[in-house]
Amino acid sequence: MDHIKKRLKLSKTDVTFSVLNYLCFAIFTIICIYPFYYLIINTISANDLSAKGMINFLPQQLHIDNYIEVLKLKGLPNALGISVARTVIGTTLTVFASAFLGFMFTQPKLWGRKFWYRIIVITMYFNAGLIPLYLTMKNLGLTNSFWVYILPYVVQPFNIILVKTYVESLPISLQEAAEIDGASFITVFWKIILPTSKPILATITIFSAVIQWNSFYDTLIYVTDQKLYSLQYLLYTYINQANSLATLIKNSSGTAMNLMGLATQQTPTSIRMTVTVIVVLPILFIYPIFQPYFAKGIMIGSVKG
Amino acid sequence: MAAGGYNMFKGNSFETHIMPENYTEKKKKTSKLMFLSIVPFLILSVAFSYFPLHGWLYAFYDYIPPLKLSQCDFVGFKWFNLLFSNSTQVGQLMKVMRNTFAMSGLTLATSVLPVGLAILLSEIKCKWFKKVVQTMTTLPNFISWVMVFSVAFSLFSSTGMVNSFMQNMGWITSPTKFLDSDANVWLSMILWSIWKGLGWGSIMYLAAISGIDQELYEAARVDGASRFNLMRHITLPALLPTFFVLLMLAIANFLNNGLDQFYVFQNSFNKEHIQVLDLYVYNVGITGRSPSLATAIGMMKSIVSVTLLVIVNFASKKTRGETII
Repeated sequence: MDHIKKRLKLSKTDVTFSVLNYLCFAIFTIICIYPFYYLIINTISANDLSAKGMINFLPQQLHIDNYIEVLKLKGLPNALGISVARTVIGTTLTVFASAFLGFMFTQPKLWGRKFWYRIIVITMYFNAGLIPLYLTMKNLGLTNSFWVYILPYVVQPFNIILVKTYVESLPISLQEAAEIDGASFITVFWKIILPTSKPILATITIFSAVIQWNSFYDTLIYVTDQKLYSLQYLLYTYINQANSLATLIKNSSGTAMNLMGLATQQTPTSIRMTVTVIVVLPILFIYPIFQPYFAKGIMIGSVKG
Repeated sequence: MAAGGYNMFKGNSFETHIMPENYTEKKKKTSKLMFLSIVPFLILSVAFSYFPLHGWLYAFYDYIPPLKLSQCDFVGFKWFNLLFSNSTQVGQLMKVMRNTFAMSGLTLATSVLPVGLAILLSEIKCKWFKKVVQTMTTLPNFISWVMVFSVAFSLFSSTGMVNSFMQNMGWITSPTKFLDSDANVWLSMILWSIWKGLGWGSIMYLAAISGIDQELYEAARVDGASRFNLMRHITLPALLPTFFVLLMLAIANFLNNGLDQFYVFQNSFNKEHIQVLDLYVYNVGITGRSPSLATAIGMMKSIVSVTLLVIVNFASKKTRGETII
């Protein structure tokens, strides 16, 4: 009877703790998600109600005019194209470079392996500074060029360390078996290491893709040509100019617009929120899909490291 | 780290007695080939990390673009002296340093939160709830600061959700200035930092927790340990190594707050308290048109950061027996 009594005693504190725990996490999760939910329901509800602050929990008077009008805005399709291009190209190159370098630094035969590895890793810890970097880009001809979005990101010491740690945890017999069959290091990389490194590659892919998609700082510093604006930078200018944009839309459509009524008329707020949702949406969708893969990748990386 | 396998073939006796005659030649050839294959990447790394260091030269000149450097006057340590010369400059610099110290200090203080969160989350037994929480709370980490600002604006501006809601409820009569005021800047910045980074920061600790041997828990339970005892004496110590490494890295990065967050939230109202060193360098160098001064400041910042890193690395070796890098 005693041990049953002991278990019941533990249960009381346990239960209170558990309930509080679940409750706190539920609240925290809602705090993380609600802002996005708020933005989405406001962009699909009547704009006049939205401006009065009446759309807080449920959308009302659904419409998609906000999205139609915003997608017509000058510069947006172009910036969208730039951001998609840099995300796809940049991520591919970065992942390839990280995987290749991470693999190469595990090869004892590499000439000067330790030295070159240190040279690359040390770059994580110092920074030449804003002006020197700007001058470098200028001298290399990268200001106002699409490649300023790609080239500086290709060699990322952090990713290289992740891949190197991961490859070192793979059984050496994999590589040995291939080498006995006469495979060169390139074949080993391509046919053996890459396919078995999927968790860590997925991790690096999403890191790089998100960095590319969210990049705003490089447009701010290095680019003045409007055709090369990234989506994030354009969003930033919209937030600050939302007022003038709203007037622009109002005036450009003439009488047709006036007939549409207040529910669908563009306000600075609606433009800001719609552009934000458009920019965030890809991440909202893709991230939950990738998350299990790199939860695994991080686990392996950090347990080893 | 499991790198044992790769060290097996070291040593000349193995190579000269067992391997075929041209083995060393072939080995040298592969060795050079391998090096050639990484050369393009080395060039990139040097071009974007080491080459820009020569820009530090500009701190010693009175660089006025678009003139070339050779056409500008050499001024030696003028800019460095300027920062400390007159009282307004010193005052300005002191305020910026105060802001930087405040933000970094708050960041260090709140760095325990991801540990606590990981421990508490690992106490959740319901698997689907745990997964949902993990996915949703790590989401804010993946949006840019521009978007965080957009969200903040929609919620906290004078016409945003919070103000409208409070006015509709009759709690306040005029909008509260959340974003365009100088009050509580540091608090709001750290809260946004936490909102964005807490979920993500706890992932590494969760991974470490999942690596703890379950038998430890069983043994402790048999001995009558309560839930809290388990957390304090088994889970927490397993996380301390990772925590210390991250803490030391954070100390080394004390002066580097980053530009994105503070740039998007800065406006004429909160500039006094929001301008950290990184933002100050940007404002002085690009908007303020004093590139040489900005370079001088950036240079000092880099040197201090590297010094801090060396010190912290040394301290780590002395106390924990391991270095960080």
